[in-house]
Amino acid sequence: MIEFQSVGKVFNDKAVLDGVSGRFDRGKVNLVIGASGTGKSVLLKCIVGLLNPDQGNVMFDGANFTHGSRRLKVGIRKEMGMLFQSGALFDSKNVEENVLFPLDILTDMPRDAKIDRVNFCLQRVGLTNANKKMPSELSGGMQKRVGVARAIVNNSKYLFCDEPTSGLDARTGLLIDELIRELTYEYNITTTVVTHDMNSIVSMGDYILFLEQGRKAWEGTSDDIFQVDVAVLKDFIFSSKLMQMAKAQV
Amino acid sequence: MKSIGGYFIFLHSMLVGRERPRTYVRRTVEECVAIGVSSIFIVMIVSIFSGAVSSIQVCYNLKSPFLSNFLVGYAVREMTILETAPTVTALVFAGRVGSSMAGQLGSMRITEQIDALEIMGLNTPSYLVLPKILASILTYPLLVIIATFLAIYSGLLVAEFVMFIAPEDYIYGIRHDFNPYSIYFALYKSLVYAFLIASISSYRGFYISGGALEVGKATTRAVTDSCIAILLADYLLTQLLLNPALKI
Repeated sequence: MIEFQSVGKVFNDKAVLDGVSGRFDRGKVNLVIGASGTGKSVLLKCIVGLLNPDQGNVMFDGANFTHGSRRLKVGIRKEMGMLFQSGALFDSKNVEENVLFPLDILTDMPRDAKIDRVNFCLQRVGLTNANKKMPSELSGGMQKRVGVARAIVNNSKYLFCDEPTSGLDARTGLLIDELIRELTYEYNITTTVVTHDMNSIVSMGDYILFLEQGRKAWEGTSDDIFQVDVAVLKDFIFSSKLMQMAKAQV
Repeated sequence: MKSIGGYFIFLHSMLVGRERPRTYVRRTVEECVAIGVSSIFIVMIVSIFSGAVSSIQVCYNLKSPFLSNFLVGYAVREMTILETAPTVTALVFAGRVGSSMAGQLGSMRITEQIDALEIMGLNTPSYLVLPKILASILTYPLLVIIATFLAIYSGLLVAEFVMFIAPEDYIYGIRHDFNPYSIYFALYKSLVYAFLIASISSYRGFYISGGALEVGKATTRAVTDSCIAILLADYLLTQLLLNPALKI
C-alpha cells in the first residue's frame, strides 16, 4: 500500500502540486488522471522519489519514503518497477539485456535462473523470439511491453506507469492496459498509472484520483466516474468528440 | 559559481552510496575500450602531425651554422613531452571523448534512461560516471605515451627526409640532457586532464533538461569548459611542478 499525505511541489514560485493526499491499495490499479499540466507526472515523480516533495510524506507499507534514510529508500526502490512514457529502454542493450539488467544489478541469482526469469517475463508480456532485437527495431507497443517485462522481472511490489498508452493506437493501448491489469491481479502488485486516456480510465480504474490545477478534485472508481456531478471532472471526461457522441447516444 | 558548486556536489554524490565493486570493474573495462580504443586513431594523427610540424619549425628557426643540428631533436623532445603530447592531445581528447560523454548522458537523461536506473535503486552518478572517470584516468596516460613516441618519431622522419638532418644528430638530441622528471610531469598532467575532461563533460551531460537541442548545447559546453579547465590546469601545474621556486 502506498499512502501520501499533503504532497506539495513548487517550481519557480508556482505550486504544481498543492497538498495532494491519497491511498493506493495493493492488488489494485490506481489511476492518477487529469488534463495536461495538472501535476500528474510530478505527483508520480514525488511518489517514486525522482523529485523531492516540498511538503508532505509518501509512505510505502508504513515506511516513510520521503524522509527516510538512503538505505530505506534504496530498499524500497528495489521493490519498484516503472514503465516510462518513452519506454526508457537502454538503447545500447538488446531486449534480453534490458530485461536482465535489474536482475544483474539487484540479485545474485545464477545466470541460467536469470535467463529463465527473463524468458518467462517476455513470454508473459507476449514477446517471444524478440530476445536479441535492439530497442530501435521494436514498434512502440513492443517497446512498452519490454518496459513492462523489465518492470516486473524483479517481482516488484509496486508498479508505476507513466502514460503507458501514449503514442499507441487504441487497440495496442487496450492490450497494454489489459496486460497491466492482469499483472496487477496476478501478482498482487500495487499499481499506479498516470494517464489521460479515457480507454484506460474506463477499463482499469479500481481507484481514480483526479487532479485539477495541482489539487485533488475527485477520487473514486471507474464505476462511479460517470455518475459524479463535478464540473471540472465532467469537462475532462467529455472533452473529446467521441465521448460527447457517446454521451449523446446514452 | 552555481555551476562550480553543482559540480562539486556531483563529484561528492559519486562517492556516497556506491554500488558493488564488480559492477564498477565491468563498467570500467567497457569504458576503457570505448574511450581508449576509439581515441587511438585521432591521437595518432594529431601526434604524428604535431611532431612533424614541430620538427620543421625548429629546423626553420635554428638554421644557423653556429647551432648544432642535435638541437632539433632536443627541442622536439622537450616540446613534445612537456607540452604538446599531454596538452594538445588533451584538447583533442576533450573534443572526441568529452563530447561523446556529454551527448551520451544527455540522451540518456532526456529519454528517461537515467530515471529508469534511479528507480532500480542505483546511485546513477556513481554507476554511470565513476567508470568513465576511472577509464579516462587509466587510458589517457597510455594515449599520451603513444602520442609522445609518435610525435618524436615523426619529427625524426621529417628531420631526416625533409630537412636533411642526420638521424644520428636528432637521436643524440633526444637523448641529450634528458631529465626523467619530464616524463613524470607529463603523466601527472595527463592524470589531471583525464579527470577534468571526464568529470566536467559528464556533469554537463548528466543534468540537462529538455530535448535534443539541449543535448547539443550540453555537448558544446562540455568541450568548451573542458578546454578552459585544461588550459587553466596546464598553467597551474606548470607553475607548481616546473617553477624552481615552487617545485615539489
